[in-house]
Order: sequence, then C-alpha cells, then structure tokens
Amino acid sequence: MSNAAAMRPGRPALPEWVRRLPEYLMIWVPLLLSAAHLVSFSLWTIWISFTPSTLVPVTGWVGFRNYTAVAASRNWQIAFDNLLLFGSAFVLLSAATGLILAILLDQRIRGENVLRSIFLYPLAVSFVVTGTVWSWLLNPGLGIQKLVHDLGWTSFKFDWLIDRDMAIWTIVVAAIWQSSGFAMALFLAGLRSVDSDIIKAAQIDGAGPVRTYRRIILPSLWPITITVVVIQLQFAISTFDLVRALTNGGPGIATQLPALVVYDLMFQRSLLGRGAAAAVLMLLILLAVLLPYAAWRYIQRRRAAHA
Amino acid sequence: MPDRSFAPSRILIYLAVFLIAAAWLAPLVVVVLNSLRSNEEIAQGSMIGWPQHVAWRNYAAAWSGFCVAETCAGIRPYMLNSALVTIPATILSTLLGAIAGYAVSLWRFRGDNWIYGIVTLGLFLPQQMRLLPWTIVLRDVGLINTLTGLVLIHTIQGLSFTTLFCRNYYVAIPPELIRAARIDGAGFFRIFWRIILPLSGPILIVTVIWQFTHIWNEFLYGVTFTTGQQQPVTAALIALSAAVADIPQHGVQSAAVIIAALPTLLIYLLAGKYFVRGLTAGAVK
Repeated sequence: MSNAAAMRPGRPALPEWVRRLPEYLMIWVPLLLSAAHLVSFSLWTIWISFTPSTLVPVTGWVGFRNYTAVAASRNWQIAFDNLLLFGSAFVLLSAATGLILAILLDQRIRGENVLRSIFLYPLAVSFVVTGTVWSWLLNPGLGIQKLVHDLGWTSFKFDWLIDRDMAIWTIVVAAIWQSSGFAMALFLAGLRSVDSDIIKAAQIDGAGPVRTYRRIILPSLWPITITVVVIQLQFAISTFDLVRALTNGGPGIATQLPALVVYDLMFQRSLLGRGAAAAVLMLLILLAVLLPYAAWRYIQRRRAAHA
Repeated sequence: MPDRSFAPSRILIYLAVFLIAAAWLAPLVVVVLNSLRSNEEIAQGSMIGWPQHVAWRNYAAAWSGFCVAETCAGIRPYMLNSALVTIPATILSTLLGAIAGYAVSLWRFRGDNWIYGIVTLGLFLPQQMRLLPWTIVLRDVGLINTLTGLVLIHTIQGLSFTTLFCRNYYVAIPPELIRAARIDGAGFFRIFWRIILPLSGPILIVTVIWQFTHIWNEFLYGVTFTTGQQQPVTAALIALSAAVADIPQHGVQSAAVIIAALPTLLIYLLAGKYFVRGLTAGAVK
C-alpha cells in the first residue's frame, strides 16, 4: 500500500519510519502521555501512602500505619458515615426524581422540550455555583426560613444548614437539584426505546396505563437504572466542590466527605502519607462500586452475544 | 395511547410537571432577582424577593469593582483566567482526542486496545489520586500557579473523554473507506484531514461542548494548583464568599455568580441538544 507512494517519482528516498515519524508521534505521544500519567501517578500515590511522608515525599516504609491512622481519625469516620448516608439518599432520590420526571414527560405533554431543558440546565453550571446559591436559599437567616418569617409565620423552622444532624441533607437536596435531570435524560431515552408494539398489545389486552408501566415499561428500564445508580454513586464518592461551596464541611465537621478529608490532609495539614492513604481509600470505595458493575456489564454483553 | 384532552388525570400531570419545573427554576430566578437588588435591600428582608430599585450597578461592581483578597478588580481577571485555560485546553484535548480516537478505531496498530483501555481508565480514576503527582510535576517544570499548568492538566486528563467520544463515533465509519484511501496512497494525516474530519462535525461539537463545560466548571485543580491572581473563576467565587463573610454583599455576589455561570449556561441554551448527547454518550461508556 505505502509502496505505491514510495515509488512515486520525485520523492526523496527517506526510510519508511522517518517518513512516518510525524504520524507515529501524533498517535503515540498523547496516548502514551495519558496512559503513562494515569498509571505512574496512581502507583506513585499508592507508594506514598506507605511512606512516612509529611511535608515532602520521603522514602521509607511504614506499612499500613497511614491507613490505620486515617481510618481511626474522627474526620474520616464522619466522612465515611456521611458518604454512606449521602451516597444512598442522593442516589435513590435522584434516580426516583429522574424516573418520575421522565414518566411525566413521556405523557405526550405540550412544551416537553422547554420542560426538559428546565430540568437539565443545572447540569450546565458548576457545583460551586450550585453550592453557593443553595447556601443562600438554605441559610435560615437569609433564605427560605427568613422569607416565611417575614411573611408572618414566625415559628416556621428550616435550619438544616446549621443543624449538625441535618446539614448533610442540604447537600442531598442541592445534589438532587443539580443532577436529577441527568437521570431523567437517560430514563426518558429508555422509555422511548420500549417496543411500542408490546405496549399496544398490552393495551389491547385491557391493561390500563398504571398496569402497563408496572408490568411492561418499568421492568425494561432496570439496566438503565443500574447505569444511573453507578454514575451517580461515582459522583457521590468524589463530591468536593459542592460541599466546599455549600457547607465547607460544617457546621464543625458535620458534613465532611472523603474528598474533603484528602484535601485537608494533603494541602492543609501537609500529611502527604495520610492524604495519599485517604485517596487510595477513596479509590477502593469507588472500585467496590465499579468492579461489580464492570462484571455485570461483561456478563450482559456475553449474554447478548450468545443470544 | 395517552390523549391530548384535558381529563382530570391530564390536569394532574400538568400540575405536577409545572410545579417541579417551578422548583427547578426557583434558584435561578432568586439569584437573578438578587443580582438586581442592592445589598441593603437584601439585608433588610431575605434573599428571596422582588427588586424595589433595580440595582444594575451590582453587575458593574461584580465585573470590575469589588475586592477578592487584596485586589479590587472584580471578577473580570478570573473570568479571563478561566477563558485562557478553558479555550486552549478544550481545543487541544479535542484535537488530540480526535486523532487518537481515529488512530485506535480505524488505523489500528499494535497494542492499540491496551493503550485505549488504559486511557479510558482515566474516566474513573478519582482526581485525588493525581493531586500530589501533578503538584510535583508542575513544580518541577515550573508551571505551578500558572494558567499554562492548568491547560496542560486539562488537556492530558481530557484525553480520556475526548478519545473515548471520538473513538466510539469513528468505529461506525466503514473501514473499507480507509482501506481504499490507503491503496490510493493517502497517508495517516491525509485521510484524517480529507475523510475523517469532514465526517466529524457532530462528534466534535459534542466533545467541544463537553470539554468546555467541564473545564470551565472545574474547581479542585484550580484551587489546588493556583492561588490569588492566577485562579479560575470557580475558585475565585469561593474566595469571594470567604472575603466578604463579615459584611456580606449578596447583591454583588449574586451578580458575580450569574456572570461566572453565564458562559456554560449560554452554551447549554444554544446547543442543548449536543450537550445532552454528550451527557448520555459519557454515560454509556
């Protein structure tokens, strides 16, 4: 193939590999940079997590001491408990909200495009903006509570933002507002891809809309549901900006999350070894979600290939 | 089939949809209204209210007046920083991702599946695993606390997404097309330029929008690798909230929030279809 080009008259007789050097560079340099940084950076962070590094990276071996120190710290324990609560509440509620929105929009209503845009626009703004705005709305002296007080209902109380036990729910609320639209978009695509012949057949058999949804449409959505849940969990595990802007981990450390602990250890307390250990723990939590998902995807694909 | 008549159940559906839509719009409406109210007016009532005297000067103050840390230049320098990071990083990562996606999908070479697999792992690897190494790399090459450093990071990390997007799009191009062009003597770049690029319109729009939105909205790298005057606007917004914590200026802050969110919101309004396509394409990895 390339001989044809090489034999064309007037071309300098450069060796093949020299002639093709630009394309080799263009293919390999970006891909190798990307792959190499991912692998080496991960390995390096894992290695640092086993060293006594504090202000600067140092060699040495402390075994799992950084891990036990992180796991024993109150900061991490609260962060981990919060992640469990925030992760499950946010994922369930945003998937439910997204599903409800998708079903509502699937009823052939007027203005569907406008409505869909309204539910999706929060995804275009940054978590910093979302967090800042919700910190105003939920601030009892400034937002919703103040408004209701000014309107005359002075015993009204909505102060989750400054309540240690409830503050984590403010993050749930803001996160649902931000990303239910994403679940809605995926569910809506799923609803639209249900075979309309099956739905018609069910209706001819006398199934009402509720029954059709429960028996035929919703069961076909569960693969999408799993995808939605996994992606939202992935987001929940790495949540950082939203909390920084909304509560900054407070009141006290009531809304601490793993990503904030990592940042705090690495850049505020300069405990690099422990920070790295916390980052690796985050990775492990993520893998606990992603590996089963990958296995499930693999099985699904094989089944589809055999069918 | 659901009908278009106004049966009670239809009315309930519309009611539910419009109530939820109102709730989803409320935060935006509140901030827009606040950006037009003076700080005093907000201080007397709540954050939620109608402007009595429209205070356009909030925008002037937010854009170029108020002080973050010791400098009083408003949000403008930080918007500029964000633009100077986002635009080059978006173009570079999209272009390199398109070439890489083309190479792994249509050109095929030894080890292509392996390297592609590793590159896409970047979609999942938490940023926290790369924070310390990036700090050291940026320091060693003298790019810590520079916009160039952020461009470098976003370009390399963006490759995971852009390569995936483009590769998934290019695998649908019939390989015979490439084979025929190669027999005619066309090389790697010629085929890319003459055949692939003209076919790439939709995927390039999706990728550019995705990258732009993500890099513009990114916060963790901005706050970790830059300080003071070099920070992108997301980090500056946080710095602003901290700076005015004692004497809040909610009107000006609201205007600043609107300005900071405007570029990505505008893109969403103008090209929502492609934005959503990127979202779902990213989901079905």
